[in-house]
Amino acid sequence: MFRLIAQRLLLGIVTLWVISLLVFSATQILPGDVAIAILGNESTEEARQALRDRLGLEKPMMERYGNWLAGMVQGDLGLSLATETPVSRIVGLRITNSLILAVVTAVLAVPISVGLGLLSAAYPGSIFDKTLTVGSLLVISLPEFVVGLLLVLLLAVQLRWLPAVVSTPNFSTVDGIIRTLTLPALTLLASVQAHMIRMTRAAVLDVMRRPYIEMALLKGASKRRIILRHALPNALAPIVNVVALNLGYLVSGVVIVEVVFSYPGLGRLMVDAVATRDIPVVQVTGMIFCTAYILLTLAADVAAVFTNPRLRYAK
Amino acid sequence: MSATTATDGGGRTKRARQPMTVFGAIGLTLLAVNILLAVFGSFVAPNAPGSLIGGGAFAPAHDAALLGNDYLGRDLLSRLLHGAKYSLGVATAATLLGFLIGMTVGFSAAEIRGRYDTTVTWVIDILLSFPPILLALLVIAGLGSSLPVLIGTIAFIQCSRVARVSRSVAMGIAALEFVEVARARGESLFSILAREIFPSSMRPLAVEFGLRLSYAVLFMSSLSFLGLGIQPPNADWGSMVRENLPGIYYGAPAAIVPAVLIGLLVVGINLTVDWLSGGSDRHTSEELR
Repeated sequence: MFRLIAQRLLLGIVTLWVISLLVFSATQILPGDVAIAILGNESTEEARQALRDRLGLEKPMMERYGNWLAGMVQGDLGLSLATETPVSRIVGLRITNSLILAVVTAVLAVPISVGLGLLSAAYPGSIFDKTLTVGSLLVISLPEFVVGLLLVLLLAVQLRWLPAVVSTPNFSTVDGIIRTLTLPALTLLASVQAHMIRMTRAAVLDVMRRPYIEMALLKGASKRRIILRHALPNALAPIVNVVALNLGYLVSGVVIVEVVFSYPGLGRLMVDAVATRDIPVVQVTGMIFCTAYILLTLAADVAAVFTNPRLRYAK
Repeated sequence: MSATTATDGGGRTKRARQPMTVFGAIGLTLLAVNILLAVFGSFVAPNAPGSLIGGGAFAPAHDAALLGNDYLGRDLLSRLLHGAKYSLGVATAATLLGFLIGMTVGFSAAEIRGRYDTTVTWVIDILLSFPPILLALLVIAGLGSSLPVLIGTIAFIQCSRVARVSRSVAMGIAALEFVEVARARGESLFSILAREIFPSSMRPLAVEFGLRLSYAVLFMSSLSFLGLGIQPPNADWGSMVRENLPGIYYGAPAAIVPAVLIGLLVVGINLTVDWLSGGSDRHTSEELR
């Protein structure tokens, strides 16, 4: 088992390294003069030269990559091109906001989705089950920004319960937290729920067909007890895996949702940096998001090993 | 030439007609309307997409603008009609390109096997572990946003996923007798991939194509919504949601209408795919989003 996990960890590290290569090269493949591309044609030659010096464009590519990677590892993230402030300071403020949003969404989304999945597995074919399936599929086939917009329209414009824009989060009072997080968290929840609900339902129903469940039924165990005590533990492996994968999906969902609600998190920072071509900020935010994503998919695989005895004793 | 006829006879399974369902009909109608809009939208639009038509920003519907004005006082309906081609056009181009590359890679991996297959699978796994939206953001940060960059980026994101699916589909086909016969006849690799494996994999890959297409529409409009897709003065539906966002506080439909249209387009594609596949095959690729 530990060998399997060690292998997976190694693959994760290799992937991270490849990703650092990709992040670096993707932001360096500008055709022609990078300085002109960033500053525009009207820029002065002095400004261009200053930018070339700042980015170290005169040095060979490999040396630049080496310096960049070394800086990353040591926490020296460079200066933002747009604001001239250290990237680490800008990122530090934003990362907490994004983490709060992601964690709150996860804490809500996982129990709600798994619970709904269990309920619809308990009554397969019922009206509740059908409505849930169609509804969750419909929601997931809309882009996040459309779901967010519809929620704004309903909760902020029509009912006037919540502010439509949360550009200044307030986490000091309970009221503030609710007003800040409800809309973004609901939108994110909408984009991750379907997969988890469906997997929970499918995995539990699959187990429910086994003879030992019939045995439990004949013994006179209640439906609730059969599903929670007999079926769920054996259906846990695929559910845990899908949950971890969807938490990974939160990482990319956060980017769009933060823009919809002007939420000052890492995702909006990255989108703004891409639009203004603030390369150092793009690189740092890109690396943070990719690392988080890799760690979560890694957790999904490790969890799959732990919850599946057959993988645990693989040769 | 006799080889080709033999394949056509044996490789393709007789295609059973799919009975029409309510959802299938809704999906096909939505898709057909969207294709018509994409092809003819620019010609039937009453106004130029950039012209100010009076009435001011977010003016409600009037004679010159049946759906009202947008945030600069331009005709919303005309802009919607002009923008229709981008969402579907870019998505279709990118998906076609992604399938061309992905199928070539996936089929050849299944046919050649050995070290080539191992390498390809490894590269695919690494590419799949990269969140698509971040990949697109990085490329756009590097290259700027233009139609070729958008099509190329989405195609690149698609092709690793397509390669994985077509590899697993082709694995089964490559083991069948008629491919064995073609190999024994000394057919070239290209001929085996294009004439033996491709025709037999059409059915499962058609479903995959539909799913990828709807994903590309979602992705393209999300990028535009972030302001990184179609650039002004042009606008697709995603960018129109973005630019008209402040309008929802004045009760203007300028942001809602394009958002609903995107939703209808995606739902239309998904329903059509569901109908085509008999509601069965979609689970495999859903995990690969």
